[in-house]
Amino acid sequence: MTLIQGRTGEWECVIGLEIHAQVISKAKLFSGAPTDFGAEPNTQVSFVDAAMPGMLPVINGFCVEQAVRTGLGLGAEINLVSVFDRKNYFYPDLPQGYQISQFPRPIVGKGSITLDLEGGETRTVGITRLHLEQDAGKSLHDRDPGATYIDLNRSGVALMEIVSEPDMRSAAEAGAYIRKLRSILRYLGTCDGNMEEGSLRADVNVSVRRPGEELGTRCEIKNVNSVRFVQQAIEYEASRQIDIIEDGGEIAQETRLFDPSRGETRAMRTKEESHDYRYFPDPDLLPLELDADWVAGIKASLPELPEAKKARFMADFDLNAYDAGVLVAERETAEYFEAVAEGRDAKACANWVTGDLFAALNKAGLGITDAPVTASSLGALIDLIDDGTISRRIAKEVFETMWRTGNDAAAIVAEKGLEQISDTAAIEAEIDTIIAANPGQVAEFKGGNEKVIGWFVGQVMKATGGKANPKTVNEILRKKLAD
Amino acid sequence: MSLDKATVAKIARLARIKVPDEDLDALAGELSRILDWIEQLNEVDTRDVPPMTHVAAMKLKWRQDEVTGAPPRDDLIANAPEERDGFFCVPKVLE
Repeated sequence: MTLIQGRTGEWECVIGLEIHAQVISKAKLFSGAPTDFGAEPNTQVSFVDAAMPGMLPVINGFCVEQAVRTGLGLGAEINLVSVFDRKNYFYPDLPQGYQISQFPRPIVGKGSITLDLEGGETRTVGITRLHLEQDAGKSLHDRDPGATYIDLNRSGVALMEIVSEPDMRSAAEAGAYIRKLRSILRYLGTCDGNMEEGSLRADVNVSVRRPGEELGTRCEIKNVNSVRFVQQAIEYEASRQIDIIEDGGEIAQETRLFDPSRGETRAMRTKEESHDYRYFPDPDLLPLELDADWVAGIKASLPELPEAKKARFMADFDLNAYDAGVLVAERETAEYFEAVAEGRDAKACANWVTGDLFAALNKAGLGITDAPVTASSLGALIDLIDDGTISRRIAKEVFETMWRTGNDAAAIVAEKGLEQISDTAAIEAEIDTIIAANPGQVAEFKGGNEKVIGWFVGQVMKATGGKANPKTVNEILRKKLAD
Repeated sequence: MSLDKATVAKIARLARIKVPDEDLDALAGELSRILDWIEQLNEVDTRDVPPMTHVAAMKLKWRQDEVTGAPPRDDLIANAPEERDGFFCVPKVLE
């Protein structure tokens, strides 16, 4: 258990997350306006989204399907009858004066997520519910000192609000939760998980308590838009609350904002009464009723999800929990790896993908689908190591050339003459020269310094441009030095 | 059911309706009478009726996930009290 040391003893931090995930769909939840990101302001707004008088909402069936698919992916109960409610509040980017949401009867009930933690450990976090709702428009406060500009393009886009149980105990677990949820959403194709573009936003509930005691008063930190900021906000908020209690104060339940530039949270000025949302069933919308067979059909069409894929990678490819977790985090990575590993040594393939390939991708700032080295060409490179054509060290060089030029491994090896020298006579000749030239090191070895053999191997590799087969070099060296 | 003056004032504030103090008593009386009238429904025996949010003999209509377009921006913002650079423009609201 992760505990925080205060001045007066240990504290436990209790965290719950509400994630707003933008549904992938062509049209909005209740209108036929497009959902494209980055369009010119107010060009994707139907009269429904702008709440013109007399406009009525008609639900987009695909958004419902996406919510059901997500619920099934979280192993959650699907409610065959759910109800849309109005959540009433006034804000300039909410033209209706209410948000169409779901309150007492959401479309999805209880489910769970398994977190992948440090060292291959796992932990299960409960999902309380998932409901469908409309997004609001966007307010821009920085364009004019005296005015707020409103862009309604996002108004009416379908969101899934996914609420967790207060089951997390550290910033690291909250980070793991968001990463895992994002991964599942992306596998399902229900949300692109892009936090920079705001497709995934987190409200973070934080409280502290003495270990084992009743839950403390919580504060909600609104609209945090990166995993790193969520973790910073939790660290800051937990220590703020501990300081207050240890100084004899009490925590006020309130909504706070995280300021990334200062790394701290501060209270919003909104008065408590503005949170009186006066929910009631939306009279414009009948209850949302689902057919059990239709739900079963969606369930049958679910892809293999990260959890199952990870278990399969561990069982079939004999990978450890950590490697398997890294490889399944993104569906595209898992597909790439499986293509490389087909008919090859899986562990070696995993090392290439998570090692050289990931390093090159990070350096170039590319995603795996943009990798200039395809899965089949990486596989061909690994084959050249396996059949003894090139050494591992040379393979790294060949990989770099493949990355730069897009050429095949075999072509690069042939062109540059990089084939491994397994010809014993050629290697023996090099070794004889080196031994003759370095009587000092030879004496050291004979005097019992085993380590000096490494130096000899290095010299031989240098003399052969790294092409000598290291195993052969070792064998011959030991024999000659023993003479 | 009877509403007191403070509750009426709160409802008015939440609805952004400006109600002068001297009108609150009369409004409280009117709203209370409306609630009493609706409360007559409690006399109906609903033991065997599942909770419902509507009484229409209809099902919710679904639409396909098809983009049917958006009106030209000039039409959309034609009624805005103020417009700048294609944005609706309102007095500064900032947390």
